[in-house]
Amino acid sequence: MLSFTLGKLIRALTVLLGVSFLTFIIGHSSGDPVRLIARGDATEEQRAQLRHSLGLDRPVLEQYRLYVGNALHGNLGVSYRQHVDVSRLIALRLPNSLELAGAAFVLAMGVGFVLGILCVIYRDSVLDNVIAGLSVLAQVVPGFWLGLVLVLLFAVHWRVFPVSGSGGLTHLILPAVTLALPTLGRMTRLVRGGMLEVLQSDYIRTARAKGLSERQVLLGHAAKNALLPLVTQAGLELGDLVGSAFIIETVFAWPGLGRMAVNAVQQRDFLVVQGCVLVIAAGFVLINLAVDLLYAVIDPRVRAQT
Amino acid sequence: MSFWARLIRCPPARRGLVMLLVMVVVAVAAPLLAPMDPWKVQPAARLLPPLSRSAVDGADASGPGATTLHLLGTDSVGRDVLSRLIYGSRVSLTVGFAAMVLSALFGSLIGVVSGYFGGIVESLTGWLVDVQLSFPFLLLAIFLLGALGGGTLAVILILALATWVNYARIVRAQVLSIKNQGYVEAAHATGASVGRVLFVHILPNTLAPICVVASFSMAQAILTEAGLSFLGVGLDPSTPSWGTMLNDGRDYLLTAWWISTMPGIAIGFTVLGVMLFGEGLRELLDPRGMR
Repeated sequence: MLSFTLGKLIRALTVLLGVSFLTFIIGHSSGDPVRLIARGDATEEQRAQLRHSLGLDRPVLEQYRLYVGNALHGNLGVSYRQHVDVSRLIALRLPNSLELAGAAFVLAMGVGFVLGILCVIYRDSVLDNVIAGLSVLAQVVPGFWLGLVLVLLFAVHWRVFPVSGSGGLTHLILPAVTLALPTLGRMTRLVRGGMLEVLQSDYIRTARAKGLSERQVLLGHAAKNALLPLVTQAGLELGDLVGSAFIIETVFAWPGLGRMAVNAVQQRDFLVVQGCVLVIAAGFVLINLAVDLLYAVIDPRVRAQT
Repeated sequence: MSFWARLIRCPPARRGLVMLLVMVVVAVAAPLLAPMDPWKVQPAARLLPPLSRSAVDGADASGPGATTLHLLGTDSVGRDVLSRLIYGSRVSLTVGFAAMVLSALFGSLIGVVSGYFGGIVESLTGWLVDVQLSFPFLLLAIFLLGALGGGTLAVILILALATWVNYARIVRAQVLSIKNQGYVEAAHATGASVGRVLFVHILPNTLAPICVVASFSMAQAILTEAGLSFLGVGLDPSTPSWGTMLNDGRDYLLTAWWISTMPGIAIGFTVLGVMLFGEGLRELLDPRGMR
């Protein structure tokens, strides 16, 4: 288990290095930040001085080394536009993003599980077909459009929820539901498929034969094995939720990382974008690491392979 | 029974295929089907609701007092929504298809090479896959488009970048199970070169799962293109694409719901067609199947 953990840890670190390098290169090739900062009447000498003070006259690799070194100390540079530490800007917005993605994740997993099980219990009934249809629909409708429609209906027409912004639970519901729907659709189908496959195995027949109730068979015996592969999927989905939150945050004017990053791209404030990408990517890597380790804990076969 | 005959008999695949064919016909015949010029701005006919008429101006009017019907209304500068929707299908299908083909080629190549050679090549490509998967993709796309400039070609390339990983993974898994089979060994024994074994003997046998992944990633590409255009970093705003139309209609949601709603339905319809088709393919190809 120790070598397994160590191997995964090293892998995660190298991946993070790769991500940070690529991000740095894209940001670096996006143009000269001095043009953004310096006033129009600045002399060539002043520009050179500014370039020097920002460290932009050094070799690219050394700049990267400095960037990573600083990042490890929590310093992601200073925004060219807002003249505030990027790490402070991110710290302000990150909790909002986590709140939205977390709510959507819980919603999608919980409801997806329940709906999937319902489909299995009432297999091939009207309910099964309706849920199956809706779960496909949830995956094909563009989330931002659905968000707009939901705003129109619930916030403008019926005035049940606020139109946009963040605040209490009422602000959270519409964006969280919008964000959760595609994941919810996928999870429902996966739970249903996984359960149906497991239900055909011998040990389920044994469980039924020894007189266990259908509930015990489904939730006690079948669910455990059927849900195992979903752990990996859940990790990917969590990443996907954070990734697709950008558009939803824009639609609902949710003050999260995504909206900040999109605004920063429009203002060409690339250190901020770079910081956002790095923080989110680090989150992804951590999630994947957690999933891998969790997997090894619940399924002994995984440990044995390495 | 041939593969195509079985495909047609599979209900979801048949429905998906019909929906796709409808979209392709609409896209190809756009100039014939569109009632008006999708770029033509008519300030006098702004924000007309569906089924309303506007006076025809200009020399091509069929007579004084002639009117044209706007079946789906007009947008904020008086362009005909139906015509833009029809022309928009060209953009969405082209971008989705091109991105799908590009990523399939690149991803399959990586998958074949890493599965066949193993060792350091496999570790390297595996690492590349992990790096790619760790990026918040949409943000990376916005970042790239913002930093390096937008345009149709850039959007296609970036969408391809998003999905190659799926092909690489599935092809690698297939190659691992194929490469030790008798006929591959036989090919080696007859003196076939490595390239020939890879591309003539192994790759064709991974085509089926590639097709399944392709249909889902094309659906993904169409949705993402719409999302990028919606955020204003994708295609040129004057291009009649479904994403840009959605974006145009955002500010008029309360007063002119049709501007955003129509492209939303069009996107949903197309993506549903592609996904149903993929679902049918998967059912056919995977004997364990009904997942």
